[in-house]
Amino acid sequence: MKVGLLYSRIRKDEKLLLEELRDRDHEVAKIDVRKQRFSIREPPEAFEGVDIVLDRCLATSRSRYATQFCDAYDIPVVNSAETAEICADKVKNSLALERAGIPTPNTEVAFTKESAMEIIESFGYPCVIKPVIGSWGRLMAKIDSKSAAEAVLEHKATLGHYEHKVFYVQEFVDKPGRDIRVLAVDGEPVGAMVRSSEHWLTNAAKGAETDAFELDDEARALVKEASDAVGGGLLGVDLMETGVSQRDTRNTSGDAPEAGGYTVHEVNHTVEFKALNDATDIDVTGEVVDWLESKVEVTA
Amino acid sequence: MVECVECGAEVSLHDSLEVGEIIDCTTCGAELEVIDVEPPELDKAPELEEDWGE
Repeated sequence: MKVGLLYSRIRKDEKLLLEELRDRDHEVAKIDVRKQRFSIREPPEAFEGVDIVLDRCLATSRSRYATQFCDAYDIPVVNSAETAEICADKVKNSLALERAGIPTPNTEVAFTKESAMEIIESFGYPCVIKPVIGSWGRLMAKIDSKSAAEAVLEHKATLGHYEHKVFYVQEFVDKPGRDIRVLAVDGEPVGAMVRSSEHWLTNAAKGAETDAFELDDEARALVKEASDAVGGGLLGVDLMETGVSQRDTRNTSGDAPEAGGYTVHEVNHTVEFKALNDATDIDVTGEVVDWLESKVEVTA
Repeated sequence: MVECVECGAEVSLHDSLEVGEIIDCTTCGAELEVIDVEPPELDKAPELEEDWGE
């Protein structure tokens, strides 16, 4: 097959993919998204003969538009434009998870500082303010007090891009010093790891320690549901352990909640997997390329 | 070896170099993007943008 690897930066993840694809004698067209001109009528020359485009754009904005163009050219792309559109935006992400009945942290959105402050006061302290677009734990704020809330809201309203005036406020989940990252292909887990840190942010990009994690049936089911909720694909599903089944807390039957339990806080669509590759014995890259091959067989 | 475009120091390169890869200059710490491999050529890497991520 011929794979178009859409990129702007070759990280270790992309190097692993390139190596695996070439080892299997697949043709790879490296397509630097920064050098393309996307016509509304016909694909750029670099896309010629490509069986599937693998979107590995570092910039979310480029990913969202480039996948739309792939759709317009009838070139299969992973992940799909639909998935990119949902996963790129935390509001759409949360709405999709909630709509699918998946346990996800309580979240409210406001468009003015005053309304955002009302949300924060009703959630209580601590709570979390997140940018609607962004990754790697950047610009996340754990709000411990009213004065901190006022300061963060003022900064976002005054200094920020217009998207920072979409105030995304989320309940603080008191996780056990770690969260869980699951790499999945169309809802089927390839592997999972815990990311542990003494800091409230446990992103691998923030230096959290990683270790392999064995998923139980409940987590596996949630990963499948979360994947379906955003349109499927090669995804990084993030879960936090709550100690109590969130589904049971919604259950008004009066039965005691079961132990265990997760909440899904995010699904990532241009997922990095080098940390998972290092933390587990799983050949993550091989599994991803297996899946890509199966996608091309289906669309051929 | 190629020259760092930021500080002029020699930058050593590994064998499996890819266009688009980022190399750190061990002398000045600059992030350098590989813009060609035959022969190797480096340029200053773009600054981190707000919408970068996964």
